[in-house]
Amino acid sequence: MPSPAFHAPGTVDEVVGLLAGDPQARVLAGGTDLIVQMRSGRIAPSAVIDLKRIGGMSGVRVEAGTFAIGAATACTALKDCAELVAAWPGVVEAANLIGSVQVRNRATMGGNLCNASPAADSVPALVAAGATCVVAGPAGRREVPVAAIPAGPGKTSLAPGEFVVEIRLPPRPAGGGDAYLRSIPRTEMDIAVVGAGVSLVLGPDGTCTSARIALGAVAPTVVLVEDAAAALVGSRLDDAALDRMAEAVRAACRPIDDKRGTAGYRTAMAAVLARRTVNIARERAQSESTSKA
Amino acid sequence: MSKLLVSTTVNGDAQEFLCDPGATLLEALREQLGLTGSKEGCGSGDCGACTVVLDGNMVCSCLVLAAEAEGRQVATIEGVAEGSMLHPVQQKFLEHGALQCGFCTPGFIVAAKALLDHNPAPSESEVRYWLAGNLCRCTGYDKIVRAVMDAAAQLRQERMPA
Amino acid sequence: MNAPSDQKTFRLVGTRPIRPDGIEKVTGKAIYGPDFVAPGMLHGAVLRSPHPHARIRGIDTRRAEALAGVKAVVTGADFPGGAEGTVAGGETPTDLKYASIKCMARDKVFFEGHAVAAVAATSAAVAEEALKLIAVDYEVLPHVTDIEEALRPGGPILHDDVFTQGLAETPTTPSNASLRFAMTRGDAEQALGAAVEVYTGRFTLQPVHQGYIEPHACVASWQADGQGQIWCSTQGHFSVRAMTAGILGMSIASIRVMPLEIGGGFGGKTTVYLEPVAMLLSRKAGRPVRLAMQRGDIFRASGPAPGAVIDIRLGALADGTLSGADIEFKYNGGGLPGAYEVYSGVMSTLSCYRVPDANVVGWNVLTNMPTVHAYRAPGAPQTYFAVECAIDELARRLGIDPIDMRLRNVLRPGDTDGRGMTLGAIGYAETLEATKAHPHYAAPLGPNQGRGIACGSWGNYGGPSTAAVSLAEDGSILVTEGNPDIGGSRAAMAMMAAETLGIAYEKVRVTVADTSSIGYSMGTGGSRTTFATGMAVVQAAEAVIEIMKQRAAQMLGADAAGIEWRDGAAVLGEQRLSIAEIAAKSGMTGGPISAEAAIHPGGFLPGFGAHICDLEIDPETGHTTVVRYTALQDVGRAIHPDYVEGQIQGGAVQGIGWALNEAYVYDREGHLDNAGFLDYRMPVASDMPMIEAVMIEVPNPDHPYGVKGVGETPIVPPLAAVANAVRDATGLRIGDLPLSPDRIYARLQAAE
Repeated sequence: MPSPAFHAPGTVDEVVGLLAGDPQARVLAGGTDLIVQMRSGRIAPSAVIDLKRIGGMSGVRVEAGTFAIGAATACTALKDCAELVAAWPGVVEAANLIGSVQVRNRATMGGNLCNASPAADSVPALVAAGATCVVAGPAGRREVPVAAIPAGPGKTSLAPGEFVVEIRLPPRPAGGGDAYLRSIPRTEMDIAVVGAGVSLVLGPDGTCTSARIALGAVAPTVVLVEDAAAALVGSRLDDAALDRMAEAVRAACRPIDDKRGTAGYRTAMAAVLARRTVNIARERAQSESTSKA
Repeated sequence: MSKLLVSTTVNGDAQEFLCDPGATLLEALREQLGLTGSKEGCGSGDCGACTVVLDGNMVCSCLVLAAEAEGRQVATIEGVAEGSMLHPVQQKFLEHGALQCGFCTPGFIVAAKALLDHNPAPSESEVRYWLAGNLCRCTGYDKIVRAVMDAAAQLRQERMPA
Repeated sequence: MNAPSDQKTFRLVGTRPIRPDGIEKVTGKAIYGPDFVAPGMLHGAVLRSPHPHARIRGIDTRRAEALAGVKAVVTGADFPGGAEGTVAGGETPTDLKYASIKCMARDKVFFEGHAVAAVAATSAAVAEEALKLIAVDYEVLPHVTDIEEALRPGGPILHDDVFTQGLAETPTTPSNASLRFAMTRGDAEQALGAAVEVYTGRFTLQPVHQGYIEPHACVASWQADGQGQIWCSTQGHFSVRAMTAGILGMSIASIRVMPLEIGGGFGGKTTVYLEPVAMLLSRKAGRPVRLAMQRGDIFRASGPAPGAVIDIRLGALADGTLSGADIEFKYNGGGLPGAYEVYSGVMSTLSCYRVPDANVVGWNVLTNMPTVHAYRAPGAPQTYFAVECAIDELARRLGIDPIDMRLRNVLRPGDTDGRGMTLGAIGYAETLEATKAHPHYAAPLGPNQGRGIACGSWGNYGGPSTAAVSLAEDGSILVTEGNPDIGGSRAAMAMMAAETLGIAYEKVRVTVADTSSIGYSMGTGGSRTTFATGMAVVQAAEAVIEIMKQRAAQMLGADAAGIEWRDGAAVLGEQRLSIAEIAAKSGMTGGPISAEAAIHPGGFLPGFGAHICDLEIDPETGHTTVVRYTALQDVGRAIHPDYVEGQIQGGAVQGIGWALNEAYVYDREGHLDNAGFLDYRMPVASDMPMIEAVMIEVPNPDHPYGVKGVGETPIVPPLAAVANAVRDATGLRIGDLPLSPDRIYARLQAAE
């Protein structure tokens, strides 16, 4: 029986070396996708490289208001960083909708991103927040937008031998607020039928000066809907602007029918959720400007 | 295929076992260590019957490689009672009739204890969401939730300064 | 005797002591099916068909047999032919021929996941590896999973030798409709013509799985002398014995089945999938063999409850009297004939109402899905869904309160049910009156909320049971029974024995014995255990009391006729001999004291429940939240109320799951697309409110403690209770389950 080798290196460079020497090896972060896929026989890696013993790959570092989230940080661990929770509550909430408590204690930000499921909950929130990630590989390190990693269901843009080391979030802008909502048939333990991540910046008079709206599970990868953002910028998020935003969201959806939902339902829910998510982000942005005032 | 030697701590006791590098912690607990209280209901992290606490965090042991347990602390259902003294969660499960077949019960008890270890006064909704990763098909959850709430109340009582 | 049936108060019955097996189960010590290990045990694995419908041209196992560590390989060719007859399986009998094919395909596979070969090896890994070396030559055939498509002429026919049973004329061409069963009384057409209102509708339900958390697992050991032993978790180890013996051509007494603790069954563990295969592997290998299913196998290859298409016309008079019914349903029976849900479905359809003129026709339709198997009140929830939705519509049209409507029609003592049984002390009307009086029924509803009412009934059963009661040397009591404890029945048995004997509950120890250690007991199913096995325990305890009175008479030098049994002691005037004293002297008064009761009791009465469901619908998304749920049920008398309430709560939540989100989803290739707990969406804790269980106690006079079966009834009402609440909240009658968010949303949009 082909059983993988197991490595638990202590440094990023060791991982780079192991991956370079064994193209069939896979990195193990939380394992909530990888181990399921191994057990079902869908994948049979030659080696498993555990990232969790590498210093700096688990946990959140706050540096001058920016956040560096180690790729092996468990979703629940994000809640331990009060600054992150205050700055990017939508990201923290999105990561803490995945699976169950048991799953979130293992599942990681890097894993959720690199599993490349179109329905990954944390990814639309990260994309809305303008997150980037640091990739390490044989050619050294590079920093790319989170949105550039997923290339299709189960596929990433990572080159052979590359892996995600950390995810970076900018400081929360003044007057900014973010949120994430998803639609699932149950209340927990489901894969998003649709997910919507929103990040807004409001001026002191409530005018939206910047917006990012990202959708999950409506296309092969996460979708950043620039038209929807444009519909909000310059408005005070009145109904007409929200209607235009919702229309742009619907227009951006390219979903499929599957066991988790019909294409039509996904498109309709993307608009409903985007609207609701904008409203939560707005409240957060307003409370931000109030607290600053 | 060469086996790995894993040294770990299970329920406070140092343990060593040999495992296949692809084996899960659940398999090692059940087959190498004979701790069959952790159950496999799905093998994919969707039922919670295999819940254990790994370095203070509850996880599905079917989604942990046995090799990852090297040097870590594992707490299973077998360690919840202290000797023959049941933990209040266990006692309340019995008093409320919160089990029927009992197969999901070890996972629920480990998860409920983990909840009460960090939240001594959970609301009903907090209990339900915390336990959403544990499937029970017999009880409809009603008596389980009541047992956990009651255990929380008893623990609060016990912890109150005299 | 301490337990005359007219006595209203009891010392123990109705109290809530801790179950005898409780500590083992909360500490992880109890040994369930997958936990058992036999010395020298081999690990088995089963090769399953990737195709939903295919002819097997050949199987080459040579490479697997040659793999180091492989000790045995079996295929359908290793099974003896000619298994026939039926075996009582618990809720429904099992046809041996098809039970055998269900364990292992012969010349055809009928569903994805159908077993085609099995291996036993020195490790699970080697066994899995060996499966990959088995070459099966399949001729893939067109498949069908939908009921209506399976009946369409020119479509794939599963079995060349299945002709519709139950037709007036014997058919000459094979059909996927394996069975037609009808029940007719009066003149339905005339009654429907004369009705003031007739509701006409079509209802559809998808197959749903029992969803027990414990996978099927067993260890079988065949010995060179032809004897065999099996350790497994099952609802009925006697039927495991009979089925394994029947399938393998062994004598029943040559197999001994040891029941392990069982992790849920709900009807689904009243048959065999693995045991005969494991026994064949063990016979070839000469060592014990473990076989277990993984969750995907369980969904793909073990019995779901049938999906259904139901056409109903239900007529009522102006005062709400149900006057006529014409109901035709088709159940998706899966790949093999032999399912009995059509019979129980027909008999259950109008089982709690007086409908003088009714025509009920059921069809079993074979498709390339796993063969259906019993699931809690098998066959009843589907047709009750249609009937209770139809009554809800009629009540609305007639302007009658839905509970009053049901009260007008519900069976009363002396009425005859769908099986033709004249019913005695049934509490249907009491249950409905209590429902009407319950505060829930009058509570105000919030915005976007709706309330649904529905009833349900299940006939229950008695069935054969054996139990023994014996005295230990110190006077403590041993109860030995043959029914696996799936939900607290040891506690009920101990309570009834202690109540009868007049002793403390803690003095009684209950053992679920293997097939060689107690007489035949039908399985734990049919809501029969506390009723029938409980009655056997009571009768055995009464026999022990008689023996003890005689022994006491000897000890006192008195006439046994003068001895009374009171509070756990033989009493003669001022003289009193305790059980311990009688036991201590038993060596001098005639030897060990023990008695057995082997019975097949009648006198069982059906269960009846009425459920109130409040739910809230998000009009923008179609999401449903159950906000309040109350389930009232005539339980006869609750021996241990916790476990009676637990049955009601658990059954209600299974029914809610069936209504809202559970369904088998097949893709175009006939593969099950949601064969796991992530996408087969059973309710999780955060989906549910508290389920208020209200026990209405109308005791059964034919049981010493008034027991009526309670386990199955509670899954019957929820489907319609939920759908009627959706109707109340939205104005939409949605007759298709599940009532998932996308379906409700689509209907809300269409209605706009």
